[in-house]
Amino acid sequence: MAAQTSSIIDEPAGPEGDLSASEPVEIHPDVALVERAKAGDQAAFETLVKQYERQIFRTALHITQNREDAEDITQDVFVKAFTKLDQFQGNSKFSTWLVRIAVNESLMRLRKRKTSKTVSMDQDVETGEGSIPRDFAEWRPNPEQNYNQAELAEILRKTIAGLPPGFRTVFTLRDIENLSTEETAEALGLSVPAVKSRLLRARLQLRERLSRYFRKTNEGAREAMRLTAKP
Amino acid sequence: MNCTDFLAKLTDYFDGQIDPDLLAEVKQHLGTCHHCEVVVDTTRKTIDVYRDDKSYELPESLHDRMRAAVMQRCMATGRLPDVELKPGGKMPNPQEFIREETERAKH
Repeated sequence: MAAQTSSIIDEPAGPEGDLSASEPVEIHPDVALVERAKAGDQAAFETLVKQYERQIFRTALHITQNREDAEDITQDVFVKAFTKLDQFQGNSKFSTWLVRIAVNESLMRLRKRKTSKTVSMDQDVETGEGSIPRDFAEWRPNPEQNYNQAELAEILRKTIAGLPPGFRTVFTLRDIENLSTEETAEALGLSVPAVKSRLLRARLQLRERLSRYFRKTNEGAREAMRLTAKP
Repeated sequence: MNCTDFLAKLTDYFDGQIDPDLLAEVKQHLGTCHHCEVVVDTTRKTIDVYRDDKSYELPESLHDRMRAAVMQRCMATGRLPDVELKPGGKMPNPQEFIREETERAKH
């Protein structure tokens, strides 16, 4: 299923995502804020914006790799959430619901950028690339220290930008934003096994690509980075 | 357990979602397979280096502006159903919006 076409109603989690079948339900503090916002309390909604604007911006920036788009998307996500608050039924965390909207908006933005191509969670994920490790070189103990901040940021940006959007999104939600596997599945409209499979391949592909810069034996890594940075 | 079996369990191993019997097998394999040990170590470093990367943070200077823009756009919608979003941060003027809506209602 393409994530950008999915509904933003927080449907109840399926059997794979339902962790609370027999557990007592713990009420998240956001629930009260959402209820107050639904009743017209602007300050309550602003508190929610304050709480999640960083996470939504990071998520949008990781997916789109464009700061201007990420700023626009962050605004759009909260405005959309505000106008659709009645569709939030409390079946998922409010933050997961926001992330779901952010992913949809980000993928739509990528689709607009690529006029002839559809961008979805399924794009390019069926390739076999990166599912089997090929590079077994050890890395230096603190490989990032070999680069200055700007160089390192550029290496990381180029490397993650090279992943298919579907892999990049799963890695961002699971490993950077620390969503659980179940929350990631819910936010993306994927099954738990699909998230696990994409996460494995995303991690392995990133590892493989970063190894070029961070490996212990590659003394020319810095030079390689400079060469590839040239247009 | 061979390397392929190990790889199939790598995500669960990283996420601490592996049952104790299998965990013992995984650890045994890691103790004997240098390649898989390197994969685990470098994959963990991959995750760590991205987690520590601050270049994706919303700049402090943008926080207040972003929130103000969001709230202004929210108020301007008057929470009308399916109100058209205005991408690109072009903030509608709430007074203008209300005036236009009032005028439209009259006709």
